[in-house]
Amino acid sequence: MANILIVDDSNSIRDMVSFTLKSASYNTVEAKDGLEGLNAAKRSSFDLVITDVNMPNMDGITLCQELRKLPNFRFTPILMLTTESSTDMKMKGKSAGATGWLVKPFNPEKLLATIKRVIR
Amino acid sequence: MDMQALASTVPVQGEYSLEGIDFITNGDQYLTFELDQEQYGVDILSVEEIRSWEKPTKIPNSPTYVVGVINMRGVIVPIIDLRLKFGIGTATYTETTVVVVLTIETDEHSRTIGFVVDAVSDVLDAEESDIKPAPAFGGRIPPCYVDGLVNLENDLVTLLNVVELQKIEAHASRKKG
Amino acid sequence: MSIDLSQFLPSFLEESDEGLALMESGLLDLEPGDDESINAIFRAAHSIKGGAGTFGFNQVTDFTHLVETLLDEMRDGRREIVGADIEILLKSVDCIRLLIEAEKVGETCEDSRIGHTTDLLNQTLALSDSSNEESNEQASVESTNVGGSSQTSWQIEFIPEHHLVQTGNDPIFLLNALADLGEVSIRCQSQLPAFDELDPEELFLTWQIELIADVDEDEIREIFEWVEDECQLNITKVETVEQVLAEPEHIASENTEAPVPQIEPEPVTAPEASIAPTSAPAASTPATNDKANKPAAKATVKAKPDAGSIRVGVDKVDSLINLVGELVITQSMLSELGNNFDLTKVERLNAGLEQLLQNTKELQESVMRIRMLPISFAFNRFPRLVHDLSLKTGKQVDLVINGEQTELDKTVMEQIGDPLVHLVRNAVDHGIEAGEQRIANGKPAQGTITLDAYHQGGNIVIEISDDGGGINRDAVLNKAIEKGVVEPGVTLTDSQVFDLLFEPGFSTAKQVSDISGRGVGMDVVKRNIQALGGRIQVESEQGQGSTFRVYLPLTLAILDGQLVKVGDQVYVIPLISIVESLQAKAELINTVSGDLVLYRLREDNVPVLPVYQLFNLPADNKDVEGCLLVVVEADGQKVGLMVDDLLAQQQVVIKSLEDNYQQVDGISGATILGDGSVAMIIDIPGIIDMALSHARDKQDQFYQSMTQEHV
Repeated sequence: MANILIVDDSNSIRDMVSFTLKSASYNTVEAKDGLEGLNAAKRSSFDLVITDVNMPNMDGITLCQELRKLPNFRFTPILMLTTESSTDMKMKGKSAGATGWLVKPFNPEKLLATIKRVIR
Repeated sequence: MDMQALASTVPVQGEYSLEGIDFITNGDQYLTFELDQEQYGVDILSVEEIRSWEKPTKIPNSPTYVVGVINMRGVIVPIIDLRLKFGIGTATYTETTVVVVLTIETDEHSRTIGFVVDAVSDVLDAEESDIKPAPAFGGRIPPCYVDGLVNLENDLVTLLNVVELQKIEAHASRKKG
Repeated sequence: MSIDLSQFLPSFLEESDEGLALMESGLLDLEPGDDESINAIFRAAHSIKGGAGTFGFNQVTDFTHLVETLLDEMRDGRREIVGADIEILLKSVDCIRLLIEAEKVGETCEDSRIGHTTDLLNQTLALSDSSNEESNEQASVESTNVGGSSQTSWQIEFIPEHHLVQTGNDPIFLLNALADLGEVSIRCQSQLPAFDELDPEELFLTWQIELIADVDEDEIREIFEWVEDECQLNITKVETVEQVLAEPEHIASENTEAPVPQIEPEPVTAPEASIAPTSAPAASTPATNDKANKPAAKATVKAKPDAGSIRVGVDKVDSLINLVGELVITQSMLSELGNNFDLTKVERLNAGLEQLLQNTKELQESVMRIRMLPISFAFNRFPRLVHDLSLKTGKQVDLVINGEQTELDKTVMEQIGDPLVHLVRNAVDHGIEAGEQRIANGKPAQGTITLDAYHQGGNIVIEISDDGGGINRDAVLNKAIEKGVVEPGVTLTDSQVFDLLFEPGFSTAKQVSDISGRGVGMDVVKRNIQALGGRIQVESEQGQGSTFRVYLPLTLAILDGQLVKVGDQVYVIPLISIVESLQAKAELINTVSGDLVLYRLREDNVPVLPVYQLFNLPADNKDVEGCLLVVVEADGQKVGLMVDDLLAQQQVVIKSLEDNYQQVDGISGATILGDGSVAMIIDIPGIIDMALSHARDKQDQFYQSMTQEHV
């Protein structure tokens, strides 16, 4: 059973992503900003990280860079969940080590279809 | 609503029995009850529970048919004596007197109200085609409360409009401003 | 699988409210160069847009997109932060609020402010010439779905860079995704370096893929979207084929010693590919895309009163859990004691019961704390209000807020909002003087309004003070005399004079403005506060300013009550309104004006109200002499309630009668007693009003019968 870490400062988005993933029988752990996400990542391993970009305390880009420094997150897929479909932001994410991105508005079917592209 | 509990706790009168009733049918179902030998029915989906009579706490200056309020698991539920409201029979309180508690949801609110009746009778299945309009002559019950009539062998069941039933008239003493 | 997200709507709505409040307060305090604030404002708008999109609130999404674009320019420093833009953004916050309100009930918002503000935003954005690349991008994606139904054969060459897997991308998933589009046959080549140069974390494989599917190039490129900068991708269209090969070719891997374990070649034969007959996969792809473009949950909420939700701090929940734990221990201790009880254990039983009482009390307090919220929830709208008012009146006003963390019951908080708004408006409009006048009086041109909240006993006190001109005592008194509220020539204390402000129809403003002072208001403020069981007090000093002090009970859910008996009914009288209880002595009873019974309580003559009569009940005792009187006070009026018996004093939990019934005159609610029965709680101001109107009716009847006799 895949373990997925969800990082987003919006309670409702986090709840919805988590609900969607759970209904597809994934395990989820939630964090409300990059810092909390990083701490969760230090405590346990995940098969996938889904993170918002714009968050207080630590943004998604920094989180991504930090995660890639952790030995057990070097190859872990990291998806950026963002409304910003600008190429600029995507490139920033990529160069920070993100695997790919999910463009909001958040849609459950699309989310599940997309994560099949990074985990089994 | 716990149908098992309903079936076991309801005081049964006459030839009807709640036991062994198949609750899964296609048509609409009505809980029927008696008011002075007459049969009445309400939509079973609005029935919250059936309770035995207990003495309620009076509400100051309420109309006589609002006999008071009771505590139903921490919720304050008003009790209306349908016999007094409709002027049918006499309002005596005996061992078989029961309170049918209905929860009626409308767009504005959801209300839970207990109605005192003489006895609970049966569950009645009625297709829409079985329901006949009430005659225009009207009895004691104002026509707005009557949804229609259903024939039952030799008997006749008057179906009551639950939305109308849950409307509460303001106390006579209440004034605007 | 269809996933219904509508259950998350309330949490989105709550979050949007918070986000909008944050935007508003952020905008009001925004200073150029404050990156963190502008970022927080941007984030709030961004979250609202994201959530609104999910719930299909398109009006909100579109509008918020404009706001977000403007904020983005400010954030990046492409746009200077100027007052005019902030005003537009503040208006936008109002608009988003309106739009969400409308979408919540499934309506389209028709308010003219929306169109107006949209125009303003567009004009502002047009000045900076921000291109609309995003919508173009979207258009091109949509166009990919349009195409013929014929199968096309594609030759795809995928040469990833060595570090590709380090971004978490695994080629197998890309190949699987290709297999989802149609028939694939895949050839893998290895370019392994010498063993001692081999880095096991790098990728040395390349793939040649032949794909037969009803897709165009964009759809194929979309799969490689995430890796397009980390690979060479050559896509060539070979031919259009009418028929698809019946059997997919297996991968011919030339080198089986694949160095990277997670890209074992054999799973690429992809069961998805083999179960895919003819055109099915190709047809299904656009279909899923189609679904994906639709909002996940078009939520329409029934127009039903919302019970609302409370977000509770984990510490509060933890303390509850601890207390419940203690309760369980006490319970098991007591039940063990009861198993073989004898009189030697009475001491332990008493100790246990004492502990149970303590547990219950603590648990009750803890539960009550759950409903408590910091008063900042009520205060946070005032910076905006004062900002708008000071623009409108041309007065410079500074708002100082203290005691924001003071906690108050959620229901009290919701109901105190409007009265507070009125008091703050009043302070700006009538309290603070115009700038020139202030300077002439030797004060700084900028006036100050202070909001404060603190606990005092079982009450919360909210203070609204200003350093304005103060209340003109003589003006108030003259007005009152003019209106006939007081007799000329009476001597009144200052506080009695100031209390006149709360008389209905009283307004001392020289000019009626559109902010306050329509002559309605202060009396309503007082009524609302009283309805919450509170009171209001005014202090003022000419030339120095005024302070309005609102006292409110901490919670509406529990009250200390005196249980009394009238006939066979038990009633609860709030302890706070009881002055004293006594047995009526014959020599102190006087009957005046025919049937009004007065009881002499020291200097006062207190009217006696027979509760049984007002509530239309049979009573044990109808005689005032020797009966029990509970003297209560409300609005400065003392009355003696005639009851049959005084029972215990206890805390009662207030339950609403209105949920399932309706408001009842003279009754503020009901409660459930220890034996499970219901008791009504007497509304003291209400029962006094009832008695007054009874008396008036009686007089009317009397005079009517008099006139009839004359005719």
